[in-house]
Amino acid sequence: MITVLFFAGLREAVGTSSESLALPSEVNTVAALRDHLAGRGDKWSALASAKNLRAAVNQDMVPLTTAIKDGDEIAFFPPVTGG
Amino acid sequence: MKSSVSVQEADFDLSAEVRALTAGELSAGAVASFVGLVRDNNDGAGVADMTLEHYPGMTEKALNEIVAKAADRWELLGVRVIHRVGYLKPGEQIVLVAVSSPHRGNAFAACEFIMDYLKTQAPFWKKESTSEGGRWVDARDSDESALDKWKDQIGL
Repeated sequence: MITVLFFAGLREAVGTSSESLALPSEVNTVAALRDHLAGRGDKWSALASAKNLRAAVNQDMVPLTTAIKDGDEIAFFPPVTGG
Repeated sequence: MKSSVSVQEADFDLSAEVRALTAGELSAGAVASFVGLVRDNNDGAGVADMTLEHYPGMTEKALNEIVAKAADRWELLGVRVIHRVGYLKPGEQIVLVAVSSPHRGNAFAACEFIMDYLKTQAPFWKKESTSEGGRWVDARDSDESALDKWKDQIGL
């Protein structure tokens, strides 16, 4: 299982802040996970259309090309706006 | 070097934080601090209030990593970072970075560096209430270029 988290405008667009799911065998990068989730259609297409989508794996900000594995915590979010 | 990072809803007291930062540290000749405030306008619209969301766990981790990067590059004695979350109104304090060092050059540079890194690397998001309704704040290109300046200067 993996845990997927969504924050800010993306959280509102997909309508949930987190979910757990079994990692499909063909999904092995952050980008592939984004495409897998966006493939659900409807509100999930927000993941595909988000400009400048950012991601973190196990609480480190990473490029979307980063590999993922079972047990990971993967977060999707817009560019950060703190400070 | 001592450092402390807090993510909290409560306000903070700059004087008290600076006193705590330098207590018992008699080799400190300089403290530089930055306090960020909530503005009452942004991108041409009035801002009535805002709500700050963050990624619990990652936020603290990211802030500690930013402080560690600064401590690697400048001679620092102490760093204190406080970032508020939740509901905030214009005029309220939102972020504090305070840095102590033997001399001012390191304190000024590290304070600015930590703020520039925080702006683009720490997982906080602002949602403003304006006269046209609620809106998520867009990231600014100028924040990315502030980071690039450090990459050019110190080869990050």
